[in-house]
Amino acid sequence: MIHLTDINKTYNNGAPLHVLKGITLDINKGEFVSIMGASGSGKSTLLNILGILDNYDTGDYYLAGQLVKNLSENKAAEFRNKLIGFIFQSFNLISFKNAMENVALPLYYQGVSRRKRNDLALEYLDRLGLKEWAHHMPNEMSGGQKQRVAIARALITNPQIILADEPTGALDSKTSEEVMQILKTLHSEQGLTIVVVTHESGVANQTDKIIHIKDGLIGAIEDNSNHDKAMEFK
Amino acid sequence: MRFDRDTLTEILDTLTRNRSRSFLTAFGVFWGIFMLVLLSGGGNGLKQMLFMQLDGFATNSGFVFSNSTSIPYKGFRKGRYWNIERKDVEAIRQNVKEIDVIAGTTTEWSRTIVYNDNKYNDCTLKGLEPDYNFIEHQPMKYGRFINEVDLKESRKVAVLGKIVYEALFKKGEDPCGKYISIDGIHYCVIGVSVSESIISINGNTSESVMIPFSTLVKAYNKGDEVHVLAYTMKEGHKVSEAEEKISSMLKSIHLIHPDDKQAVASLNAEAEFSMIDNLFIGLNILVWIIGLGTLLAGAIGVSNIMIVTIKERTSEIGIRRAIGAHSSDILLQIISECLILTIFAGLCGLSFGVGVLNIIDTFVTTDAGRHYGFGIMLSTGIGITVILALLGIFSALAPALRAMAIKPIEAMREE
Repeated sequence: MIHLTDINKTYNNGAPLHVLKGITLDINKGEFVSIMGASGSGKSTLLNILGILDNYDTGDYYLAGQLVKNLSENKAAEFRNKLIGFIFQSFNLISFKNAMENVALPLYYQGVSRRKRNDLALEYLDRLGLKEWAHHMPNEMSGGQKQRVAIARALITNPQIILADEPTGALDSKTSEEVMQILKTLHSEQGLTIVVVTHESGVANQTDKIIHIKDGLIGAIEDNSNHDKAMEFK
Repeated sequence: MRFDRDTLTEILDTLTRNRSRSFLTAFGVFWGIFMLVLLSGGGNGLKQMLFMQLDGFATNSGFVFSNSTSIPYKGFRKGRYWNIERKDVEAIRQNVKEIDVIAGTTTEWSRTIVYNDNKYNDCTLKGLEPDYNFIEHQPMKYGRFINEVDLKESRKVAVLGKIVYEALFKKGEDPCGKYISIDGIHYCVIGVSVSESIISINGNTSESVMIPFSTLVKAYNKGDEVHVLAYTMKEGHKVSEAEEKISSMLKSIHLIHPDDKQAVASLNAEAEFSMIDNLFIGLNILVWIIGLGTLLAGAIGVSNIMIVTIKERTSEIGIRRAIGAHSSDILLQIISECLILTIFAGLCGLSFGVGVLNIIDTFVTTDAGRHYGFGIMLSTGIGITVILALLGIFSALAPALRAMAIKPIEAMREE
């Protein structure tokens, strides 16, 4: 599904900063993977490249068999819209749109009619147990609810992969667990490929595979399919 | 890029759910248009108001009157008084071919008019010829103006000015056939003029009584004296053409030095009218400069606030980009927002302005029910709308370009 070979990325803000120093990585279809690392390790940059939000300098990135390199803005937008579902740390819902409209927004940019996309949005909200909240504004919802709305929005386009950037970073431990549970269920029941970036080992432990990043390089890839009991959520 | 009902709903949603922002953005344009409409309509109204007071007055007319000489000539001292005479009028009529109508008038000042027990003091008694009606048209409420027979037979008939009529007669009373007395002579009233013209040729019409020229000359022993000589020009000729000819003719007849600039005084109504016209053209240009300036400032305001807004909306736009909006979608969205805001605000300003003008119009309407025309032409309205659309797009350029430059990654950097 995701195939990275020798990805390099340097930021040129004043002094050049070599963030990714040759990342080679494969993530297969249906995997539930987490990327762990300290802040500044390059994990967010890697996620941005995976999500085609940022470009890389050298190397190759294949997403679902297609080479993602030097895409035009519009092509990138299309790829993001069709292939990738994003979940952000700060939810990133549009504040003046209600839950249903937020969920339906990706479909708007696909040109789906209003009625159809709102119906679909309701369906997805229902699946995440938020049907009664469909017409509430984001500021009327709790953090956990907002993140569930964001998940519904990520899912509505039927993407190939879900990219989650610190999805529990702004949530308390209880709702964190709920959100991770949802991701787990999506993985096990629908076989979605999910990549979670986190610095919390507890969150990483929920996933099947943990990729450790250190100073722009892959440190270790840990098989976590039996979810180490010692690191279970408290 | 796509634009359909859905896009419109999306834009309206964005605008209506950020009401105060939209309102502030739109206010500049609203105010600009409002001022433009108000000033331009007000200018129109004032112009018509003024011209209505000059109503009936021939715009191609000129007036000549005598004055003391300023240069000694052929044995005459300077400072000599002379009079235009009846025969001069005939001479000018025959010799200056460009003149259409010429009429002599003579005036007696401060007469007292008596009708039964009513008196009107300080009235101007004007001796006029029937042709004077072509120079200063007299709208008649009752009866008729002086005619050729009145003149020829020196009939003792009188036409009353509006104020004189109101002072002597009851409202709505037809004075025709009634006799008024001036200096012991009785005149039969033949008509009432309701002219409200503010132009005064030896006194306002409304405060005077008009009798045949020949009658006045006989009653007050005026001899051949003509106080004011009034004339209009044939079509295609300018008053200034005749002015010089009349002046030199009078000078040669009355033995006045040809270079004497004081002895023959003349008034060129045509020049005065065109000056007023020019004044209003100038006023109009000023109004448009001010209006368009205000409007431009409004548009720049829209642009400015939108740019600030774009900064504030970085996260929103970043999210839109992240979930698949093309840069053209964002461009279209911002341009449409600006366009809809400016057009909506502008049309509000237009309606509000027209409304205010209407109210003014209602208040200043004259007793006679005449409207002064405080308002703007339909074409001006359409022109303003087109200008608005252009301004909308203009004001959208800077913010739209800025919005397009927002990368989806910035959605995550925010907060």
